Formats: sequence, C-alpha cells, structure tokens
Amino acid sequence: MPHIDIDAPGSNQLFIGNEAMARGALEAGIGWASAYPGTPSSEILGSLAEVAKKRDIYVEWSVNEKVAIEAGAAASFAGVRSLVAMKMNGLNVVIDFLSTIILSGIGKKGLVLMVGDDPAAHSSSNETDSRPVSRWLDIPLVEPGDFQEAKDMMPYLYDISEEFGTICIMRSVTRVAHARGNIRLGDIPVVKHKARFEQYFDPAAPMPTPIMCIPSSFRHMFQHMRIDKIREKFESSPYNKYVGPEKPDLLIVTSGSGWLYSQDAVNALKAEDRIGILKLGTLWPLPEKLVKSCLSRADKVLFIEETDPFLEGVIMEFAAGFSPESKRNLFYGNHTRHLNSFGELTPDAVIKAITGVLDIKYAPRDADYMKKVEAVPQQYVMDRLLTFCPGCPHRASFWAIKNALAMDGRNGFVTGDIGCYTMALGPAGFFQTRTHQCMGAGAGLANGFGQLHRFGFDQPVVSVVGDSTFYHSIIPSLVNGVHNHSDFTLVILDNGATAMTGFQPHPGTELTAMGEPAAQISMENICRAIGARVEVCDPFDLKSTTRTMLDLIEQKEGARVAIMRRTCELVRQKKEEKPYKMKIDPEKCLGEDCGCNRLCTRVFRCPGLIWDPVAGKSKIDEVICNECGVCADICPEGAITKEAVT
Amino acid sequence: MNKLAKDPINVVVAGVGGQGNVMVSLVLGNALVADGYFITIGETYGASQRGGSVMSHVKISAEKQYSPLIPEGQADIVLGMEPVETLRVLKSFGNQHVVTVLNPRPIHPVDFTGSGAGYPNMEELLEQIKGMSAKTYVVHATDEAQKMGNPMLANMILIGALLKSGLLPLDEAALGPVIREMFPKAVADNTKALKAGMELVSILR
Repeated sequence: MPHIDIDAPGSNQLFIGNEAMARGALEAGIGWASAYPGTPSSEILGSLAEVAKKRDIYVEWSVNEKVAIEAGAAASFAGVRSLVAMKMNGLNVVIDFLSTIILSGIGKKGLVLMVGDDPAAHSSSNETDSRPVSRWLDIPLVEPGDFQEAKDMMPYLYDISEEFGTICIMRSVTRVAHARGNIRLGDIPVVKHKARFEQYFDPAAPMPTPIMCIPSSFRHMFQHMRIDKIREKFESSPYNKYVGPEKPDLLIVTSGSGWLYSQDAVNALKAEDRIGILKLGTLWPLPEKLVKSCLSRADKVLFIEETDPFLEGVIMEFAAGFSPESKRNLFYGNHTRHLNSFGELTPDAVIKAITGVLDIKYAPRDADYMKKVEAVPQQYVMDRLLTFCPGCPHRASFWAIKNALAMDGRNGFVTGDIGCYTMALGPAGFFQTRTHQCMGAGAGLANGFGQLHRFGFDQPVVSVVGDSTFYHSIIPSLVNGVHNHSDFTLVILDNGATAMTGFQPHPGTELTAMGEPAAQISMENICRAIGARVEVCDPFDLKSTTRTMLDLIEQKEGARVAIMRRTCELVRQKKEEKPYKMKIDPEKCLGEDCGCNRLCTRVFRCPGLIWDPVAGKSKIDEVICNECGVCADICPEGAITKEAVT
Repeated sequence: MNKLAKDPINVVVAGVGGQGNVMVSLVLGNALVADGYFITIGETYGASQRGGSVMSHVKISAEKQYSPLIPEGQADIVLGMEPVETLRVLKSFGNQHVVTVLNPRPIHPVDFTGSGAGYPNMEELLEQIKGMSAKTYVVHATDEAQKMGNPMLANMILIGALLKSGLLPLDEAALGPVIREMFPKAVADNTKALKAGMELVSILR
C-alpha cells in the first residue's frame, strides 16, 4: 500500500493510528525520529524509516529507549524538530531523563515523545497507563480520539512544544495505534533543516545558559508557571469537544479510545437525546474552565477511560475545590465499579456502565439465539494457546536446554524476559522459563541467584535473552556477573531480528533503520571482552547444542554464555525455499504404543505435527509445516524423515 | 459510495495467527475506502501472530467513523478462515441474521494435538456453525488454493466468495487496483483466486 508520505493532500487513506501519527510528524516538518521497537508503537518509526531518505529526515532504531530520547533531544537542542517513540515500558526507562528535561527545557525546535500503551497487555508484560506521568512530571500530554486526530494533533503538539519550550507527550492505546481508519491527508512541507548548537537563551534565565536543570527548585517553579500557561492554551483546543443535548441526563467524560466507544454505545442504546459526551484531547494540564462548564450541564457524570481512572481522579479532585454555591455532581466510574480499571475498554463495557447509571434496557441478542450460544460444547472452542511458529529455532533451543537441565539433574531452571521466547513459560518451551518480568530482568535475577550458593542454593540458573534484548539491557548484567563471580549461564537466542515486534534491525544486524550498511557489533566479541566463556551453537543441531549446554551448566563458577544462532523462520522463509520434505512413515510410527508416548505431538508440539486419534498415528500438516527437519531428530523410531530438497 | 441498507455493516474475520487475517481485512478495507466509505478495522496483533486465535473487526459505514470493536452479538458477516475459530466468533458476535462464509480447512491447535483429543468432529462442528448462522457458504478455499499451488491463495478465494455473496457494497472491479497495489508480484495468481472464489459461491447457490 502507499507509503505514509504519499503526495495526495486532501485524499482519503486507510492508515493505522501509528501511520497517522507518523504522517502527522511529516506534516509537522520533523527532521529526526528515534525509537526502540515495542508493540503498539513500532510502526511509527517503521513507516518513517521507509520514507526517510526521500524526505531528507534522519530515522534511527536506537539501542534502547533511553538512548533514543537523549539522542532525539539533541536534535531539538540543535534546532531540528524531533520525534521519539516507544511503548509504555520504554517510558519507565526514560523517566530519569524526563525528570530533568522538564527543568532544562528543550531547544528552539519542538520535541515530542509518543508513547503507545497496551491495555489488556495484548503484547506486553503489563498494562501500565502512561497518563499519570504527565501530572507527576509536569509534562503536557494529549491523546487522539480517532485516526484523523492521531495525524492532526502532531503539528499542533509541535507548536505547543515550541511556544512553551517544553517536551510534550502524545499518548495512544492499542485500539488507536493499531486500529485502522480513514485519514484525510494534509501537506508535507519541504523543510531545509539547519542544525547548530548555539548560545541558549533560556526563558527561565536572564542570560544565556547551558541547557541544564539547575537550580532545580527555581526551574521546577518555572515549569509549574509554564503548565498554567499551557492550561490556558488548552481551554480553546480544537481537540476538546462536547457533543450532545444542552442539558443531558448523563454527561460522559472520556478520552482516547473511549471517544469512539462512547459514541457507539450511545448509538446502540439509541440514547442520543439523553446523553452528552465531553471528549478531552488535551488531558494535562486539564482545561479546567471547559470541564467546569460541562459539569454544569448535567447532574450525573460518568467517566469512560481505558485502564486507570486518570480523568476521574483529577476531575473529581478539581470539583471538590468548587465553591459551596457551585453545582454538585454525582460522579460514576471506576470508584463506583461501573467500569474496570484493568483490561481492555470495549463498546460493551461502556454500554454496561451507562445502563448501570441510567435506567435503559439492552439485550444484544434474543433468547433463542442465546440458547444456541450456551449449547456450544466447550471442547469445540477450547482456548488456542500461543506457540512458536512451525520451524522456529526457539523450540529447538528450549528442547536442548530442557534436556541439558534434565541430564544435569540438579533442578535447574530458566529466568526469562521479553520476546517471542516468553512463550517458554508454557508448553511451547516445555515450561522451562520460571520467571518473567521486564526487558533484561532475567539476567539481573540470574546475577542474584548465582550468588546464593553461600546460603545453600545449589540449582543451576540459565538466563535466556533475545539478541535485541542483549544489546538493549543485558550487557551491564553480564559485566556485573563476571566482575562479581556470579554463577549462571546466559543463553542468547540470536535469531537475527527483533522478531516479536516486526523484524526491526538492532546493533548486531547488517543494516540501519534507513537501509544503510551498519557497523555490526559482535555479541560474542562483547561477551569475550567482558571475560565470559562463550560457546556458539546451532539449535537445529540438537545433539551438539544439548552437549554444549550441559557442559556450560556444569562449569563450576562464573558467568558464561551460549549463543544459539539460527535465523528467525519468518525471516528465512522470505528469502529461501523450504530446505526439506518431511514425511511420517505410518508403518514405523507406533503412536501411543511407542516408548516415547508420542513425544512429537504430546511434548514437542510443533503446530506442523498433528495427531490422528482414529489411526493412532502422528501426521505432518503439509499446509502448516515449514519443513525445518528438527522433529526427525526427536523421533526414537525414525518414523519422521527429512529429505533434502535440491 | 451508496447509502447502506444497514449502517454500519459489521464484518468479523476469524482465523489463526499466520493465516493472513490482517491481509484479508486490509484488502476489503482498501477497496472500500477507495469507494469513499468510512472503514474502521480493529485487529488482534503481536503475540497472536504465533498460532493463537486472530480476529479482525471491520466496520463499513457511509456516514461516519465507528470504533474498532464490534459489540457482542452485532456481527452481520463472519468470514471464517478456520472452523473452530468461526464457531468461537459466532458464540460472541453471532445473531439470528448473521451470514457466514467458511473455509472448512482445520488448523489443529497444539493443545488438541497434545491432549490426544484431536480436532473436533468436522460434521458436528459444521452443524453448530450452520445452526448459528442465517446462511452459511462453505467454501473449500484451501483445497482449491493447493490445486493452484499456494495454500495462501485461500484468502483471496474466500474474498471472492464473499464478493459473490453480494453482502458487501463491493464488486470485482473494485478489487483490481487493490490487488495490483498489495500483491504486485502475484497479480495473476490473486486475480485467478478471486475469480475461483466467486465461481465456488455461484455453484453453492
């Protein structure tokens, strides 16, 4: 489909929210974009990278979020509009920097941080709401309510950033960032960026100063004054709107994904003449006058928000300060349990909240149909658990780790973190992973476990990380482990891509985000330079990988490293034909009578292998199988065969 | 763009990660946006790429931008790329008026395989699906696609079937530019698959 920079102002395109934000950044005339991939934010930088050369902007996949935002700030300091993008986990990583840049201020050109939140944690280890950061750190924050706004708010936010000299945040959620809708395009200006770091005339200081956060208290006061001025500006923002009757029975206050859901819910309930909606696009600082005037329209107010009750909290707090003569509202929302403060917001959740406040009856389906729904046997719609793709190297890697730990026999275990390999918490990776937190946490934990021998701890510890994760946050853990003689094995599953988020490059890959040759940083050289023993193996060679793994586990002390290297199957199949033709000989397959008790379909569980309960045999599903050949090496009867395709 | 008899038309595309669910919703969406409709698509992403249930919600309107999620029981069309997933979606989004276009080729969940239970009985599964749909088109799209030499063409065959069913304000001509833009290296194959899907539905009628 067309690139985001398609030169067709006024035309209608079908963009996901992330592409809309990226287009908005182009229309705002950015010269810089940096990010670390993370769902649901990755397509912002990905789509900018595709057009970077043509549009003469610099686009970078940075090693992690902290470097991304600091590098992005430099562009602003030198007079180039700059965009930095990440998911909410990344926001946690950059909070230290944010807490100082709100004091120092930015350069002459705007700096926007785009944060993608993932309510319901579809592709995340948590569902943290980023909005409270705005209040906590005094950062202006806006949130688009639909796809058009995702684009249009970008230039608006750069103007705010420059007018007030502060970093600004645009927050979105999965159902905006990753949903798709109509966008009417605007113009992309031709900007000749000229970068220069000059004498800085800080609005908070009487003379030219370095860009700095001291004296901190004085600058903190200045940022508060700045926030008050931005509040005035936000009072008349076109992204805050009220729709509905003059005096509704119920006022909904919402933002973000709640805007479209609330409209759909009111529509489904045919309650347009009873319910008004105040949709806020500028969330912090809160446009207090606008909010106050809307609160006076109705007695009852219902907050519709995804995850945390942020607006609910700040607006109820604000209303508590009204004079005794002011109108008093009845507030509903999370605190009255009309809405959850966890999981995903849906049109159904909004309908339920509304019918809980107003006396409206709603039945989406008739009783006859509901009987059919209830009669569906549960075993027909059993949950489909996630698994590694057919042909995924991780399945083989965890098979080797599992067998090595079993042979060692000391109850060893795996500490994990974030990536496709997270699935090793379950049957996909044979339940090997026993801890799961954030990026890099498994290696940090392994550092700790590896010191506990002094308290009687005698289990081998294996920290499993991905290749992109290694560069992002593992190197300090390995330094710490080697320096302090911690006893653990670090396994790097090197599949040559940031696979979970869409195959972005990282410091070990050949090309930069813009497709130019990169200086490839060798992970084995880094590990060896730190002083660790390093072994490199091919996980598809199960025998040798298991042997190497056992040898590493049984090493007496010190942090050591196994690099299990094999290209991600989804990357490989784009470049190469299938390497083998797999077959199962029904004569040789003994099914449940085999000593292995169908090791292939019961334990190995590749989706390419299926079980025929009538014949009592395993079979290959030729549509699903990627013909990697690994299962041929686990069948004790030699019933599964691989034939090289020439 | 024409005014729709029912606005919005709610379509759920049901399948398994890796089948091309997102691609199907994108083909429909791009063709309809080009005709001037408001389209909203909500997709399950990320971890769902790896063998999990995947669902796209496509809302088509001549009037306004709707939210990316269809409320319970409000699907007008279910485009089923896999039988178990189709039944799952009917359970949540079906109603007495829903029309289902189904590819009956199963993708075995590793849990069914692992437990030894195997895949549910196909005849019973199809009975459940038909019982919960006002009309069901069973289109053997994967079988047809394998005859053409590429199982992935099943998606375009299914789109052809949906087109011919007359449920969407969309005709073959509107798909041409989208196929050329989205599959520049496989225009002939996809065009052929689209026609094959249309023919399969004609026979069912």
